[in-house]
Order: sequence, then structure tokens, then C-alpha cells
Amino acid sequence: MSNTDIEIVVDDPTAPEVNSPVVTSVRIVDVVVSLLLLALALTLGWDNWRTGAAWDSTGPQAGYFPFYLSVILGGASLYGLVTAFLSRKEAAETFVTRAQLRRVMAVFVPTLLFCLAMQFLGLYVASFLLISTFMRVVGKIALWKSLLTAFVFTAVMFVTFDIAFDVIMPKGPLEAALGR
Amino acid sequence: MEAFGLLMHGFAVLLTWKTLVLMMVGLVLGIFVGVLPGLGGPNGVAILLPLTFTMDPTSAIVMLSCIYWGALFGGAITSILFNIPGEAWSVATTFDGYPMAQQGRAAEALTAAFTSSFIGSLVAVLLITFLAPMISSFALKFGPPEFFAVYLLTFCSFVGLGREAKHKTVISMSLGLLLAGVGMDTVSGQLRMTFGSTDLLRGINFLVAVIGLFGISEILLTMEERLALRGHAAGISLRVVLSVWRDLPKYWVTLFRSSFIGCWLGITPGGAIAASFMGYNLAKRFSKNPDGFGKGRIEGVFAPETAAHASGTAALLPMLALGIPGSGTAAILLGGLMVWGLNPGPLLFVEHKDFVWGLIASMYLGNVVGLVLVLTTVPIFASILRVPFAAVAPMIVVSCAIGAYAIQNAMFDIWLMLGFGVVGYVFKKIGIPLAPFTLALVLGNRAEDAFRLSMIGSGGDMKVFWSNGLVGSITTLAIVLLFWPVIDKLFGSVTR
Repeated sequence: MSNTDIEIVVDDPTAPEVNSPVVTSVRIVDVVVSLLLLALALTLGWDNWRTGAAWDSTGPQAGYFPFYLSVILGGASLYGLVTAFLSRKEAAETFVTRAQLRRVMAVFVPTLLFCLAMQFLGLYVASFLLISTFMRVVGKIALWKSLLTAFVFTAVMFVTFDIAFDVIMPKGPLEAALGR
Repeated sequence: MEAFGLLMHGFAVLLTWKTLVLMMVGLVLGIFVGVLPGLGGPNGVAILLPLTFTMDPTSAIVMLSCIYWGALFGGAITSILFNIPGEAWSVATTFDGYPMAQQGRAAEALTAAFTSSFIGSLVAVLLITFLAPMISSFALKFGPPEFFAVYLLTFCSFVGLGREAKHKTVISMSLGLLLAGVGMDTVSGQLRMTFGSTDLLRGINFLVAVIGLFGISEILLTMEERLALRGHAAGISLRVVLSVWRDLPKYWVTLFRSSFIGCWLGITPGGAIAASFMGYNLAKRFSKNPDGFGKGRIEGVFAPETAAHASGTAALLPMLALGIPGSGTAAILLGGLMVWGLNPGPLLFVEHKDFVWGLIASMYLGNVVGLVLVLTTVPIFASILRVPFAAVAPMIVVSCAIGAYAIQNAMFDIWLMLGFGVVGYVFKKIGIPLAPFTLALVLGNRAEDAFRLSMIGSGGDMKVFWSNGLVGSITTLAIVLLFWPVIDKLFGSVTR
């Protein structure tokens, strides 16, 4: 048996604080989601009714199956809405604290920007920017390490997908300048 | 013994350098996926699926299924060394695995976990080898009503047997079925639920949804928590392996029981998670010394791991034989089959013998190679966890984006993936299960077609679902399962 006593330790410098204020409770999110699903069920139900949810000479029309599914979805959401209002237990449960939300946004916002940037800069340049910036800003990792990791990862992805497997990704001005 | 001959043929298909290399690549990628937080079996397979688009179906499925085996093996590493279950089905492994590591018996626990995973899979693969051809040849006689009844059974058993709140399972499932219907209707050619959008015309791609629901949302969830970890490093020596193996026969009852539970739960959609807990609990209940559990008993590792792997593997049986996946990952493999132009279902065994038997043979070979691989390379994989999450997270995001875009070369899919990421995050936090959604999305069109064809055949008479003994009993069973919680309550109050 070799080196079982050596420990692997990884720290998390930007971990969310434990006693951060609550942003919203599970009950509120439950209600909002139920309302959204209900609205979706109504919209889809109406659209399928318009398409035709009855029977014609060839059998059930195109909207038949989805129409009744919308009814089921609507019913279940309504039930969810009522139980969310009636329940006392879930009211106290935290959905997300402020510190947690900040961390979640720290990934979500860059991801959103990455998707936007991808349309103009191409996937590979956007990836390089995302990885290097994220590592530097969120992870507080040394700049050279961040840049190097981002470059190596992006290059490996490019070689694997674009060259070896012929999977074509969105390209931007840089790829055009390099003739691909 | 026809199956045996065909299996040998499968091995012959498999034993080329190219396939073997792909197998190794798949296993290594899979273990990576299993070890890394924020990635798991289903989304690992979904993200890597685009790699296989240019391959022939047999190589593609071999690589993908090896990613799956690798992920199953990988989950055990973090559970035992770090007390972090990489996958939900590894939770039960931490109960005794981590205490063993704390006592300096990490190598022993890992060997036990890998070996029992191997045994569980092997039992399930044997079952697939002999049962799948029989079921599929039986299912060849199925008409649309029978198929619809089987789909109904799958959906109903999720609602009736799932542990989540019933209305939440129903929401998840009906939403999945609805979204599956977006786009052009296959029977009439009419457009449905597109609201004039040309992007929605193609429909909502199942794989894009999976990448968002499991990949992106998992990153968001992982970030919420404190990511610091402490664990034990471990290397496994041959001496430890042999000593664990020497003791194996002593635990044959536990191994057998867990394999059985795993196979059973894998075939019925319920999955590996339930199997691992059930395996653990039963081993504890039947043990002569139940108090020792949770303090580092080797049976506490054997039992859940065997069950989880048996069930993860057995989930492929209904997928191959009937075209109905028994787990989330099986659903994605099914999505893969459709991308490669194969039609999942009983005809697969007739029309694509090479493919099916190649896959089954790869299950045997993949598990043997996987076992050797994990036993020898554990220290390397354990050290992956030293890589800070701030570096891993954006890389996973990029991989998800590549995967989502490559499926249909559409920018719209990237936004869809992001949307599903948010939906997955919220759903997971308020307890709406994602597995029924995934299953409904992949099976939706087929279920609807089966329903409409039955209706057309019968002239709109619902009695067609009770028109003969077979379809009648499946439909009745489905309805019983749907109302199982109610029946159970009524029956319970009568007997009490």
C-alpha cells in the first residue's frame, strides 16, 4: 500500500459565506414556476386547439395529442400552485442566499457573454477569452497560468474537432485571417 | 446457443486496432467525466456525442458506451477518497468507502468498488446477451397498440414509483412530451407550436436539451457550494488487489443479491440510484453484524457498487430490445442511434446484427479493460481533483457549447442550451425531477405516433388497448402503476 497517508487538499478562496442573507425561498420560486408553467400550458393548449385538436376522417388531428398534454401540464401546475400556497414546511426553506447567487451569476453571466461573443468572434476565440478571464477573475489564478491553460485547451479543442473529426464550429475574423 | 455464436461474431467485429483505441479513449474520457465535479455520465456522453458523428455506428457506440462505463468507475474514486459522490448512485458507496479510506484502507476500498462494479456489469451483460434477443424477437410481433402500451407503462411507472412529489413528475413528463411535439408533425406535415419561428421548425433537439439540463445546470449548482475538498491519495498495489479478490467468495451472497436488485431496477425505469441504496440497505439488514456498517465494512462497498453497475448496464437491455431507455444515459445513447440513422427497437437485432453484437461484445471487453485501467491509474485520476474548479468550469461550458452547436450547426441551439441550463437549475432546486423529462423528450414522438397509428387502426376506439391479452395486461399494469400510491394507501388502510 503506497502513500495512502498523503492528503490531497484543495482550497476554495471565493467560497460563499455560510450566513449570507436569503434572497428568496423555495415557496416563492415554486409559485413563480407554477405560474410560468401554467402560462405555457395555456399558450401551447391554445395553439394546438387552433391547429386542430379534434378528429377528422384520417384519425386524430395534429394538435390532438399535444392539446391534451397541455391540459395535463396545466392541471399539474395548478395543483403545484395550490400546494405551494398551502404548504407551511417549504416556506422556511432557502432557495438561494445572496452569496450563492453571486457565485452562480459569476458563472452564468460569463457564459451568456461567451454565447454572445461566439457569434462575432467565433467559438475558439470566445473560448480562449472565457477560460482565461474566468480563471483569472473568479479563480484568482496567476495570469500566465490562466492564459496558458486557455490557449492549450482551445488549441486542443480546435485540433480535435475542426481538424481531426471535421466538426465545424462558428468561425470569426481570426480564423478567417488564418485561412480556415 | 445462437446468442453465443453471434457474440463471438461481435468480438470479431470489435477486435480491430481502431476500435480498441477508441475503447481506451472512451474509458479514459469517461473516468475523467466521472471524477470531475459538475460533469456526470449523461452529460459526458451528450457532450462527447458530436465526436462520433463522423464515425461508423459501431465505433461510435463502442466509444460512447465506454465513456459510460468509465463514468461509472470514476464515480467510485471520488466517493471513497474524498467523500464526494461524483454521481448520485455513488452516494451509498461513501457510507463505508470513505471510513475505509480514513483508516488507511483506501486501496482496499477502491479495489472492492472496482471489482464489484465489474461483477455487477458482468451479470447484467450476461442477462442482456441471452435475454435481449428473446425479448426483441417477441417484440417483433408488437403492433402500434402494444408499443403505445409499453411507452405508457414506462411513463406511468415513473409517476407511480418515483420518490418525488407526483405532480412534479407529471409536470416534468408532460413538458417533455409537449416539447417533443414542437416542429413539423410527422403524420400530417402540419406545423405545431412553432409560433412562426423558423428555428423551432426543426423541433427541440433532445441532445441540446440534455446538455443544458445536465451540463450547464450542474455547473451552476456546483458553484453554489463550497468547493474546498480534502481527501486521501491512493495507489493500489497488486498485493492488495489479490487479497481482496481472495476474499471475494466469502461475499458471494451480497454480490449476488445486489446484482439481482440492480438488474431488476435497471430494466424497470427507476435506475441505478435506487438500486445502490437498496443493495446497501439489504446487505446491512441481512448482515450478522449490522452495526459495523458505516464504519468501514467492505461489504458496504461491495453491495451498492455491484447494484449500481448492474442497474446502469441493465438499463441498456430495454433500450436495445424495445427502443425504450431504462436510464438517462441510455436515453442519450438512444438519441445517438437516431443520429447515426439506426432505428432503435426490436428490428435492430434483425437489421443491424453487427452493430448490436458489437455493442454487447464491447460491454464485456470494455468492463475488463476498464477494470485493469482504473486499478492501475487511480493516483492519476485522483489528482485531477487538484485542478481548481475555476479552470474546470469554463472548460465544461465550452465543451457543452461545442456539443450543442455541432448537433445541427445552429446558433439557436446554443441559446436553447443556455435556457435549458437555467430551467435545469431551477427544477433541480425545487424538486422537479429531470429524468422523466429526458425520457419523455426522447420518446415523445414515437409514443405519439404509436398512439395515433393505433387510433387510426381502430377508428378511434380506445378499446384497442385492451383488444388482446398482451396489450390489455400491459395497459392495465400501466394504469395500476400510475395509481400505485393511491392503491397502496387504500390497501394498506384495509389490512391495518
